[in-house]
Amino acid sequence: MADTALERTSPTRARVEWALVVLGILVLIAAPFTIYPFFLMQVLCFALFACAFNLLLGYTGLLSFGHAAFFGGAAYFCAYAVKSWGFSPEAGILLGVLGAAVLGVVVGFFAIRRQGIYFAMITLALAQMFFFFCIQAPFTGGEDGIQGVPHGFLFGFIDLNKPLAMYFFVLAVFLISVFIIWRIVNSPFGMILKSIRENETRAISLGYSVANYKLAAFVMSAALAGLAGALKANVVQFATLTDVAWQMSGEVILMTLLGGIGTMVGPIFGAALVVSLENRLATSGFPVQIVLGAVFMICVLLFRKGIVGEILAFFDRRKPRE
Amino acid sequence: MTPASAASEQSDSNGSRVVLSARGLRRDFAGFVAVRNVDLDVGHGKIHALIGPNGAGKTTVFNLLTRFLPSTSGTITLLDQDITRTPPAKVARLGLVRSFQISAIFPHLSVLDNVRVALQRQNGLGVQFWRSLSALDDLTPRAQELLERVGLANARHHMAGDLSYGRKRVLEIATTLALEPKVLLLDEPMAGMGHEDVAVVAEIIRGVAENCAILMVEHNLTVVADLCDWITVLQRGEILAAGDYATVSSDERVKTAYMGTADD
Repeated sequence: MADTALERTSPTRARVEWALVVLGILVLIAAPFTIYPFFLMQVLCFALFACAFNLLLGYTGLLSFGHAAFFGGAAYFCAYAVKSWGFSPEAGILLGVLGAAVLGVVVGFFAIRRQGIYFAMITLALAQMFFFFCIQAPFTGGEDGIQGVPHGFLFGFIDLNKPLAMYFFVLAVFLISVFIIWRIVNSPFGMILKSIRENETRAISLGYSVANYKLAAFVMSAALAGLAGALKANVVQFATLTDVAWQMSGEVILMTLLGGIGTMVGPIFGAALVVSLENRLATSGFPVQIVLGAVFMICVLLFRKGIVGEILAFFDRRKPRE
Repeated sequence: MTPASAASEQSDSNGSRVVLSARGLRRDFAGFVAVRNVDLDVGHGKIHALIGPNGAGKTTVFNLLTRFLPSTSGTITLLDQDITRTPPAKVARLGLVRSFQISAIFPHLSVLDNVRVALQRQNGLGVQFWRSLSALDDLTPRAQELLERVGLANARHHMAGDLSYGRKRVLEIATTLALEPKVLLLDEPMAGMGHEDVAVVAEIIRGVAENCAILMVEHNLTVVADLCDWITVLQRGEILAAGDYATVSSDERVKTAYMGTADD
């Protein structure tokens, strides 16, 4: 049936969506010439982190409260390899991603045995164990973290000490990763993840070994969260306990909820909002957490689907599908 | 071997090949025996009803047969294969598929996608995370066919969650049929449906039973009398009586325990 691909979303809507994506990419390419690149890179790293988290929460229905372990773990692995072993940036990032994936297998293996709040508690508990491991382990530098990670040369010839070179490297990784997440979500595999989110027992009764799918999604999400963490370690040139602390797990939940769970671009906007607020308020002397808390409450009370989620829902109501 | 494997060689009392059989099924919940000593034989091409008052253990029996709940003791045989220890998803893959009392659909997927998710596994499309969704387009004609069979073809692009109650149940049946089950377990397929819908679903079930075995829990005794070849009456987790409708409905114990008030 040739009509199905078109009928899924109307052609005009698909065209508008593509136009917005292209526009968004153009804005990101132009942005560092007007906005401080260092700030933009931080936003992109956290946006990738939130997108990775959303793959699990938004599309598989699993609320992990331990994603800081993957983000911060990869940051440590990458920072250590680059600083102490002289790894190139790309090799360090690859090592961080692999490390996060291994952590994801371990945490996921235990967590997927339980559902709902118990799943969240197991991920939190294991992430806390990892946090305390990071305090004790000699290679993390304890309270000091790993400082002064050199930028180095990407692929041996691109000098990442130049802010714009670093920015476009981060942007490229970000765009490729978001594309990967989009591909996973809109694939036959993603279809089964959604069915698990919608009705897990029904998915089992259709013959799907749900545990395997959940674990696969968990590891993919952990690896991508690790990519974000390793990238961030390269950008800010350090990895500290902040990255593995439970507050970081909470922050990524906040970003995803603010932007819109289960939407492709929601987490990106959520991350941009949270990082901007934190940057602004850090210098104002105003308590960041209180403002974030208030923003979160307003979001939950007024637009429960998140900012992007509400916008999409608005257009869906305006243009009912035939 | 177990008595169950011996039973599977035999035919049931209606003369068809037994495809699903349970012997001495029992399930304890902390100090309470929900199901005890349940023997069942479901024959190919037959519709078998499981009836009994609320709390008799009908759904528990379903959960035991499909392995959603582990049984405390007893054996279950599906197509000459012992499935007493098989995980539930594997049981489904072997051809024993169930529906649920609450309509089990995927509410935020389209009607068409609900059926395609079920078709996807047989085509080995489950794990492909690198391919686009158009990989599933080959499954559309088959999904369409199934939707036509249950009268949902015109609703295929609606969100499943937006369907009326009766149509959700029918969608669930279409999704179940997509798996081409050898044995179908229907948990109150007509509960809460209007008269016309009941007739439609009864017709669908009759059609399906032609090359499949069906075990259904149903409260509507008119439907049971009309549709089912064999009836097992459950009370307090035990089998009270079994036989065809005439036998069961004339059984004094059944009359007093269950039908006496419901029938006439």
